[in-house]
Amino acid sequence: MRCLKCRDKASVEMRRHNAAYCAPHYVDFFRSHVLRNIKSKKMFGHSEKILVAVSGGKDSLGLWDVLTHLGYKTTGLYIDLGIGEYSVRSREKSEAFADSIGGKLVVKDVREAYGEDEMGITELSKALRRAPCSGCGLTKRYVTNQVAHELGFDVLATGHNLDDETATLMGNVLHWQMGYLARQSPVLESTHVRLARKVKPLYTFTERESLSYVLIRGIDYIEEECPNAHGALSILYKEALNTIENQSPGAKSSFLMGFLDRAKPLIEAAEDVELAECIQCGEPTTAELCAFCRMWDRAKSARRLNRGKI
Amino acid sequence: MRVVLRNPRRREIQIAGNRQVLAILEELGLNPETVVVVQGGALLTRDAYVADDSSIEVISAISGGM
Ligand code: SF4
Ligand SMILES: [Zn+2]
Ligand SMILES: [Zn+2]
Repeated sequence: MRCLKCRDKASVEMRRHNAAYCAPHYVDFFRSHVLRNIKSKKMFGHSEKILVAVSGGKDSLGLWDVLTHLGYKTTGLYIDLGIGEYSVRSREKSEAFADSIGGKLVVKDVREAYGEDEMGITELSKALRRAPCSGCGLTKRYVTNQVAHELGFDVLATGHNLDDETATLMGNVLHWQMGYLARQSPVLESTHVRLARKVKPLYTFTERESLSYVLIRGIDYIEEECPNAHGALSILYKEALNTIENQSPGAKSSFLMGFLDRAKPLIEAAEDVELAECIQCGEPTTAELCAFCRMWDRAKSARRLNRGKI
Repeated sequence: MRVVLRNPRRREIQIAGNRQVLAILEELGLNPETVVVVQGGALLTRDAYVADDSSIEVISAISGGM
């Protein structure tokens, strides 16, 4: 296979585009398509302050690298979830990458900011007796919103790729989660003064394309998975979708783009919600007490109760 | 050839002969959409040939959780 631009030996092929590129031309292609996504979806401009949520993984570090090269004003945000050695190592990777690009990285430790007695995601899920990922997802959304607001960022960018988005879509469709479907989007405009606009500039790239960029750029990302990801449904959905993709190139992309263009507008119209402020923390919510406060309060009292018994 | 699987745990296996990337992945039961194959720092496309006396790494692209 040959590079579409220079006819050299290709490094990365994209069957759904009928294209392949050598390493340097792939980097150009990747960056110019990220820029195209940003512009066509009006994600942000060069004057806006962008907070990039980084996990130490390939997608978020790759995204930060691209945005830096495109000349955007970025700051990284790493949330230390307190998930054992995994959090230690992913934090190190994030800090090392920030240093390598001369970027500023804000680190928020969940154990210091919200929990008590060194209570991180692991302790939270034990106290609540529920799977870590549900509490973790809610916590990450809450913390990123809060930091973005406190530090005055206009935009919050995450590294979600096409595989993440189609797996989420599949999960939401399998259970007809209309509220989630109404909000799944590469750009979520701010619906409240305390909510930053949320954007996903990599939403058109497959996971393989995202990894290819990171490997060519020599970015040192954390390869190991969070120990709680084992057996996650999202991985099952990704495998199923990739089985289809392999037989029918472009299937993932048409699943997501078709949803965004044709189905989502209909669902959106039916699912309009009013936002109020949480009576405890002031963050936007549809209830009196926000879901984050409810969850952490419940975990803290469950933990105190358990300790009393011992 | 020597094949190092990083998925993300490392595992090493031997495969005989000069083979095309696609055939190697098929033999390993891997979907080419979900991995990147690297040889000495260069990424290989699925039609590339790998010589019997060389070594490659197969890196998983799929990450989990939310
Ligand atoms: S896999 Fe689950 S627990 Fe681990 S970081 Fe992702 S959402 Fe959190
Ligand atoms: Zn080229
Ligand atoms: Zn609250």
